[in-house]
Amino acid sequence: MKHTAATLLRSREAAVALVLLAAVVLTALKSESFVFSADGWRNLLVTPSMLVILAVGQTAVIITRNVDLSVGSVLGLTAYMTGRIFIEAPGTPIVAVVAAAIGLGAVLGLVNGVVVAVAKVPALVVTLGTLYIYRGVFLTWAGSDRINASDLPDDFLALGNAQIASVPVLSIAALAVLIAVGYHLYYSRGGREMYAIGSDPDAARLYGLPVTRRVIGAFVLSGALAGLAGVVYAVRYGTVSSGAGLGIELEAVGAAVIGGVAIFGGSGTVWGAAIGAALLVTINRALPVVGISDFWQRAVVGGLILAAIVLDRVLALRRERRLGIERDTRSLA
Amino acid sequence: MRFDKKSIAVAATLVVSLGLSACGGGGDGGDDGAAFTFLPKNLGNPYFDTSEVGAQSAADELGVTVTQVGPDAASPEAQVPFINTAAQQGVDALIVSANDPTAICGALEEASGAGTKIVTFDSDTDPECRDLYVSQADAAGIAKVQIEMIADQIGGAGQIAILSASANATNQNAWIELMRTELESNYPDIELVDTVYGDDDDQKSFDQTAALLQSYPELKGIVSPTTVGIAAAARYLSTSEFKGQVSLTGLGTPNQMREYVADGTVAEFALWNPDDLGYLAVQAAAALVNGDIEGEEGDTFTTERLGEYTVGADGVVLLGEPFRFNAENIDDFDF
Repeated sequence: MKHTAATLLRSREAAVALVLLAAVVLTALKSESFVFSADGWRNLLVTPSMLVILAVGQTAVIITRNVDLSVGSVLGLTAYMTGRIFIEAPGTPIVAVVAAAIGLGAVLGLVNGVVVAVAKVPALVVTLGTLYIYRGVFLTWAGSDRINASDLPDDFLALGNAQIASVPVLSIAALAVLIAVGYHLYYSRGGREMYAIGSDPDAARLYGLPVTRRVIGAFVLSGALAGLAGVVYAVRYGTVSSGAGLGIELEAVGAAVIGGVAIFGGSGTVWGAAIGAALLVTINRALPVVGISDFWQRAVVGGLILAAIVLDRVLALRRERRLGIERDTRSLA
Repeated sequence: MRFDKKSIAVAATLVVSLGLSACGGGGDGGDDGAAFTFLPKNLGNPYFDTSEVGAQSAADELGVTVTQVGPDAASPEAQVPFINTAAQQGVDALIVSANDPTAICGALEEASGAGTKIVTFDSDTDPECRDLYVSQADAAGIAKVQIEMIADQIGGAGQIAILSASANATNQNAWIELMRTELESNYPDIELVDTVYGDDDDQKSFDQTAALLQSYPELKGIVSPTTVGIAAAARYLSTSEFKGQVSLTGLGTPNQMREYVADGTVAEFALWNPDDLGYLAVQAAAALVNGDIEGEEGDTFTTERLGEYTVGADGVVLLGEPFRFNAENIDDFDF
C-alpha cells in the first residue's frame, strides 16, 4: 500500500495532475464560478481540448526522438479549409469536412515524415521549414480574407457548445483521441517499437525494426491530429484569419515536456502530455481570474516548463544513485 | 482569379488613357470627363471593394471617370508601378490608400510633378507626398462613439471593461485614454473596472473575455476597440450564460459581426463606412482638379451625399463620426 502511494507520487503524471488540481481549487476559492457555474464548468473541460489533441500527436513524434514544429501552421491551414469548404460547397456534411481536414493534415504530416525519415534530415530543421512553408501557403490562399462566423453553418458552430451528459462534445473528441493513441502506444507492437526507436535509433535499426515506417507514421498521426485540431479551432472560435494557430506548436511541445515526455525520445506518456496541456491552458485562464497581470502570464508558463525539466533531472539523478547503490550492494553480497 | 481581375483593370486603364489622349489632346484637365485613378492597398479586398462602390457613385455624380487598379497583395513596392503608369497617362488625380507612408513617396512626387493631384484615403503617406488625405475617423470620434454606444446599451450606469489588442498598440492606447477621459467627464455612473489585452489573437481574446466575465460578476458591458477582439468576444458571449446580460460593443466589420447581431449577442457596433470614404475621396479629388480648393487649411467644398467639408491642418479631410452598424443596416454592407 505504502509502496503504491510512493510510486504514484513519483509518477510524473500524478505530480502534474496534482498541480492542475491545486490550480483549479485555488482559483475556485477565489472565484467560485471558475468551476461552479454553467460557463465555468464547460470552459474547464472544453478549453484544453484543442491543445490536448495537438499534444497527443506531438508526443507520438517526440517519443521517436523527433519533433513536429509545423502543427500550428497545419492547424491554421486546415481551419481555414474547413471554413472555405462551407463557403464553396454549402451543405457539405460536417463529417465529410472533418474527414477532409484530417486528410489534409495527414498529407502535410506525410511530407514531414518522408523528408525526416527517408532523407534523414533532422526533424527540427524539416518541420521548422514546413512551419514557414505551410503558413506561406495559408497566407497566399487566405490573403486578407477571413472566415467569419456567419460563413459557417449553425449546426457546425453549435458543436462548440453541445454537451452530452454535461460533458462538452469537443472534450469527448479529445478524450477519444487520447484513449485511442494511448492504447496504441502501450499495447500495440507498433507503439512499443516507437519507444524503442526513440530510446536508441541505431539499436532499433540493427534489431530490424521498421524505423522509417514508424517515424513516418508518427508524423502522419501528428499531422492528422493537427488537422482535427483545426476543425476544433473553427468550431470554437468561429473566426479563422491568417494568424490562426500562430505559435501554438510551442505550446504543444511545452505541454508534452511539462507532462513528462522526454524531449530526447523513448519515454513519456500521452496521459502526461494531456494533463500537461490541460495545466498550461488552465493556468493561462486562471491567472487573470486570480488577478495576476497579463504581463506575468507568459513568465509563469516558462517557469512551469523549467520546473518540469528541473524535476526530471532531479528524479533522474536520484534514480541513478539508487540503481548505483543497489548494484554495489549486490556485488558486495 | 485575382490575376484576371488585375489584368482587366490594367487593360481598362490603358483603354481609358488612350481614349483620353485621343480626345483631351493635352488639355489642362477640363471640368468634364476628367480621369481619376483609384488605387487601393490591394484588389479582392472586400473593404476596398466597398470603397470603390462609393468612388464610382461619386464619379457618376460628377461626370468623371474613375478607374480602379491595384496589386494582389498589399505591399508598398507593388503599388509603385501603378503610380508610375498613372503618371505616364497624365490622369487628373490619383486616389491612393498607401501601403507604406514613405516607400511610395518618390513615385507620387513624380506623378505630382506631371500635374496629377494626389489624394490619399484610408491610409496616409507623409503629408508632403500628397495634396489631401481623406481620413476615415479621428481618435476623439472613435473614443466618443464607443462610449456613447456602451452607455446606451447598459442604461448609463454600471461596470464596464475594455478588451484591447496588444498592450503596446499605439492606436488602441490613444483611444482608451480618450475613452477614460470621456467617461470621467460625462458618465460618472459608469465604472471602468479593467483593461485586458487579447493581442489581436482570436484564442487569447476569447479566453480574456471568459476571464472578464468570471472575475467581475457585476460587469454590464465590454468595449473592444479592435476588430479581432470584438469578434472573439462576441463568439464567447454568444455561447455563454451571460448572453443578453452583458453588452458588447466596439469596432468591428459587418461581415465579422453579422452572426452575432442576428442572434442578439451584439446590439450595435461601429466603424467607418468605406463606401462613404471612397465617395468623399473622389469628391475631394474633383474639388482639387476643378480648382475649387487648393488643399490649404480652411478650404471648403460641398458634396451631394455628405454635405460640406473643411480641410483641416496638414491637408486632412475628416469623413466624420464613425458609422454605427446594427440590425437595421448591417445587411446593406458586405466587407
